[in-house]
Amino acid sequence: MLDSSQLLRFTTAGSVDDGKSTLIGRLLYDSKSIFEDQLQAIEKTSQKKGHEGVDLALFTDGLRDEREQGITIDVAYRYFTTPKRKFIIADTPGHIQYTRNMVTGASTANAAIILVDARHGVIEQTKRHSFIASLLHIPHVIVCINKMDLVDYSEEAYNKVINQFEEFSSKLLIQDIRFIPISALNGDNVVNRSANMDWYQGAPLLHTLETMHISSDINKVDSRFPVQTVLRPQSESHRDYRGYAGRVASGIFRPGDDVTIMPSGFTSKIKSIDTLNGPLKEAFAPMSVSMTLEDDIDISRGDMIVRSNNKPEASQDLDVMLCWLHNDAAKPRAKYSIRQTSNEQKAMIKEVLYKFDINTLERNKEDKELKMNDISKVKIRTTKPLMIDQYRENRTTGSIILIDDATNETVAAGMIV
Amino acid sequence: MSKYYLNYLDELESEAIFILREVWAQFENPVILFSGGKDSILVAHLAKKAFHPAKIPFPLMHVDTGHNFPETIKFRDDIIKELGTKLIVGSVQESIDEGRVAEEKGKNATRNALQITTLLDAIESNKIDCAIGGGRRDEEKARAKERFFSHRDDFGQWDPKNQRPELWNIFNGKHFEGEHFRAFPISNWTEMDVWNYIKRENIAIPSLYFAHEREVVWRQDSWIPNSEFLILEDHEEIVTKKIRFRTLGDITITGGIESDADTLEKIAEEVSGMRQTERGNRSDDKRSESAMEDRKRQGYF
Repeated sequence: MLDSSQLLRFTTAGSVDDGKSTLIGRLLYDSKSIFEDQLQAIEKTSQKKGHEGVDLALFTDGLRDEREQGITIDVAYRYFTTPKRKFIIADTPGHIQYTRNMVTGASTANAAIILVDARHGVIEQTKRHSFIASLLHIPHVIVCINKMDLVDYSEEAYNKVINQFEEFSSKLLIQDIRFIPISALNGDNVVNRSANMDWYQGAPLLHTLETMHISSDINKVDSRFPVQTVLRPQSESHRDYRGYAGRVASGIFRPGDDVTIMPSGFTSKIKSIDTLNGPLKEAFAPMSVSMTLEDDIDISRGDMIVRSNNKPEASQDLDVMLCWLHNDAAKPRAKYSIRQTSNEQKAMIKEVLYKFDINTLERNKEDKELKMNDISKVKIRTTKPLMIDQYRENRTTGSIILIDDATNETVAAGMIV
Repeated sequence: MSKYYLNYLDELESEAIFILREVWAQFENPVILFSGGKDSILVAHLAKKAFHPAKIPFPLMHVDTGHNFPETIKFRDDIIKELGTKLIVGSVQESIDEGRVAEEKGKNATRNALQITTLLDAIESNKIDCAIGGGRRDEEKARAKERFFSHRDDFGQWDPKNQRPELWNIFNGKHFEGEHFRAFPISNWTEMDVWNYIKRENIAIPSLYFAHEREVVWRQDSWIPNSEFLILEDHEEIVTKKIRFRTLGDITITGGIESDADTLEKIAEEVSGMRQTERGNRSDDKRSESAMEDRKRQGYF
């Protein structure tokens, strides 16, 4: 692996029937990321269950209940590395709490793999997955048309699925979409190019994942630095040091930049950008650094340092696409804690504008109850202003969660529109 | 720098620093769980980076089984001196002496499971609300399900089927009195990433990780080190081998592998060609298919 190798996070959604677990097993197996003792354990379980050969799908089961019931309950993370990149797979289950799990897995992903069974074409589940990928603004979507072996590797079958997909996805906002005909079971076009589909000129899945351009996935224009904590060593060597610790959410900062502290509005200049390895000439997302300013200003967690010529909006009224994640439905006009970057305030859901039917993508303006797995457009009012960007422009400063103060549970996740 | 992207190690580092700072900002009284193994050494190193130029603003905590490699204890004491932080020790021997736990019997007896009680007692008596660990999701299938911020109820128990969703980089560490959190800043690192990073940053690690001559006995498919706690079976024989350890735990359960890797470069190369998982030499994980999940549910690391 090269020192310059990047990290790519992708999510796979679907059920065992789509061959999702087989696909993941295939990627891990063919990239030699499954160890012998893991393989032996799977072989043993496969035999115990009476499966023929090694069931690669078993590799993705984590908890005892999952192994016993043969289902996936929760998002699991898998890792593999090729000489070109390190990959993190957020493997999200298809049936139980699918929206909650998919949204969770999608929230940090550079890419989404959507599996379509070549025999069945685009089904409701495909639409649901594509909708969530679009809603969570995953920069790259790869539609894998799987089980090509069962349709005689036919180009016609492949084109039919693409046409179906393009017909409904025109309503969605997906920046980069690709189609790959595969057979996860036989390994066609997963790691190695398929000898059975000469008509397909594109790259196999792994090569696509290894080479797709992801450096532009993070916003490099709007400079935002949410302050996590203040570093005050008060030691001999750093008596007056006052560093603002945080992770650059987007954009680029350099010493000498004119900055504004929000929400106070005070202005200053960046004096230094520090790390244990020494000062930096510039910091960009997603680097974790400590920033010092020329002036002594009162800054604490929840404040945001931004470039003075490009500020986020400070607002107490947010329009949010909200995914409800908890078993208990939303209480009308109840107060929640809202978290956005390092900022926490109290908030109230003032109005539910409509709810999405995520199977038909239609808006329902009648049913306004927010239940588990619902995705709705709502109006939220906060007690103090949040420094916000639109989620579409900035996944870090445009996202929020709601916490129920009575239980401390995370009950909802939202994207600012 | 002309290209505005981080390589994978820098991105993992930045993520871990972010998590460590979130822990410090969201909790009153966190600690780093420190075993003297490479993962907890890595977490301590990342904490140094997260709070520089200030010192790490919280203590390290060691759950001492009493069955240690002497090298580990020396390494622990040296690193504490270097970091200038406080050390809290939870002693399994004390838990046994106080009758809180009973020692396992038989030749495969270990103090591994006993650590749970000692750990939870130490968390309670020191009023710790977040224990930062070096657990990684690639280590073990139950750990693949862990959150960065992982809730523990007032009995210290983990409920893997009922975890808080974790989205984007927003972490919810809110909890009630008596409950606590475990935080895992290196969740997304693999064993290979850890070694590549240790090599790049030239982080000091105990000599046990490097190939060395040692008296060992072949048991459960690995080389178990000779120690005062070892009970030899009739058919077993102590031999001297050139070995190194891939993971470090209690001396009674940590098996070594035969190796000539005596530098970080050689170790990284050896690990990249390994066909067995690193915990494959840990007899604590071999007891059953869900050994880790069961212990984690009860409050294990």
